Amino acid sequence: MSRKGKNMTTGGGKLAAVAAGFLLAAGFVAGLSTPASACEECKGKYEVEGRKSGYLFSNPETRAIQDDDFANGGMLWVEKGAELWNKVDGKAGKSCASCHGDAEESMKGVYTVYPKYVQELGKLENLEQRINRCREANMGAKAWKWESDDLLAMTTYIGYLSRGMPMNVKIDGPAAPFFEKGKEEYFKRRGQLDMACKHCHYDHAGQYIRADLISEGRGGGAFPAYRLKWQKIGSLHRRFKGCNKQIRAQPYKAGSDEYVNLELFVKWRSRGLPVEVPAVRR
Amino acid sequence: MKKNALACIAGLAGVALAAVAQAGTVRDDGLKPYEVVGDIAIPKPLTDKPGDPANGRKLVANRKKGNCLACHKIEQMKDFLFHGEIGPELTDIASNMPASEMRLRLVNPKIVNPDTIMPAFYRVDGLYRVMKKFQGKPILTAQEIEDVIAFLVTLKAPK
Ligand code: HEC
Ligand code: HEC
Repeated sequence: MSRKGKNMTTGGGKLAAVAAGFLLAAGFVAGLSTPASACEECKGKYEVEGRKSGYLFSNPETRAIQDDDFANGGMLWVEKGAELWNKVDGKAGKSCASCHGDAEESMKGVYTVYPKYVQELGKLENLEQRINRCREANMGAKAWKWESDDLLAMTTYIGYLSRGMPMNVKIDGPAAPFFEKGKEEYFKRRGQLDMACKHCHYDHAGQYIRADLISEGRGGGAFPAYRLKWQKIGSLHRRFKGCNKQIRAQPYKAGSDEYVNLELFVKWRSRGLPVEVPAVRR
Repeated sequence: MKKNALACIAGLAGVALAAVAQAGTVRDDGLKPYEVVGDIAIPKPLTDKPGDPANGRKLVANRKKGNCLACHKIEQMKDFLFHGEIGPELTDIASNMPASEMRLRLVNPKIVNPDTIMPAFYRVDGLYRVMKKFQGKPILTAQEIEDVIAFLVTLKAPK
């Protein structure tokens, strides 16, 4: 466990150097841009090698909320996560901090490499599941329920600690077959409306579908995101469910293998894009 | 490649089913039989009752029914906000397309374009992971398809 923790941190360390450049550029740009402008200027940060973040498809008001930590409702979850980090829970009498120390050091960059393949499990594990495995195996505490305030808060907090760093999941080696499955999901038609993710997010990104401007459906560095529609923070899997339901397709369960595989594909599509957690979306 | 093959099968199935229907048999998916001609048109209406254009207009706007405005702009429907830009504008569709071709577009546009985003509004077979409450039901009924067509044939741009 602690060995793995170190690995993650080392990975993060290398990324931090890249991210520093990123943040500098972003800070510079942010000073120039007014929220009302179509976001040509913020592309430097939110567009990498032609891959665009959902941020660039948000309207100026929504972007302005994300740009202002005092207005961003997601920051409440960051604070709650920071509190939970130090809270002792479970039979072992430990908090996250007991094993991982200062989260700002040990958790930096961690968000950018999930989901990842875990040998003991023989499959992928995403960040929410990693948090819960720590709770059960190392703290003797109960797993937090999907979409519960506690799990959202901790995931958001850990995401926030990688803010600005480039997404960097691994899709080769043992992760490869799971990546392929996730990709298949993205391209498979489903539901009464018989659409695949790709019909909206590849074929018609940048066009309006009724009142919604369709993004490239990457979402990788953004979630958990604060959605104005939800009036709270929500997971990437909740967003997947929403996209499934709007085409009248039976969604999978949050945390299902199908969605974790899909998450890997979506996060790979977001490679190089900065972590925005907690992003704000309409 | 695979998709093209599927479309062919769908097209053939349509023809085969129509043949069965002419012999007076009901389709086993519960939908009314129809005949696809030349992979481009369904010349015969799906119902005997003529379409109702006023109801068709409502169906085109209704987000739980046609929701055509999600993807198509229709100048004559400016009383509804937010027209999408995914598909071609339908403001002058009646000048450009006969009702028979509109019918196939609505029933199953994948026969025309296998990769289209446009849903098949009158089809229940070959779908994957349909939500329980929508299983076995087409998005629009046969009569609703005829109603929408009755409205579409009125759409001509003022010249
Ligand atoms: C009918 C069109 C449609 C389909 C099909 C669809 N989506 Fe979406 N999706 C949207 C719209 C509209 C939004 C909200 C605007 C946006 O962010 O793109 C959205 C948002 C998203 C987002 C959030 C992006 C961000 O950065 O905030 C992700 C991720 C996403 N979709 C993934 C998927 C996946 C995965 C599938 C298939 C399971 C899918 N979508 C299917 C229309 C669709
Ligand atoms: C999710 C998007 C979507 C929805 C919903 C949709 N369409 Fe379409 N439609 C398209 C696209 C895209 C095309 C372009 C041709 C293609 O992709 O096959 C099209 C083509 C058409 C055409 C042929 C137009 C031409 O000029 O060739 C007609 C007619 C049409 N649609 C009518 C409708 C009607 C009526 C409805 C609602 C009952 C509807 N569509 C719903 C996306 C959509």
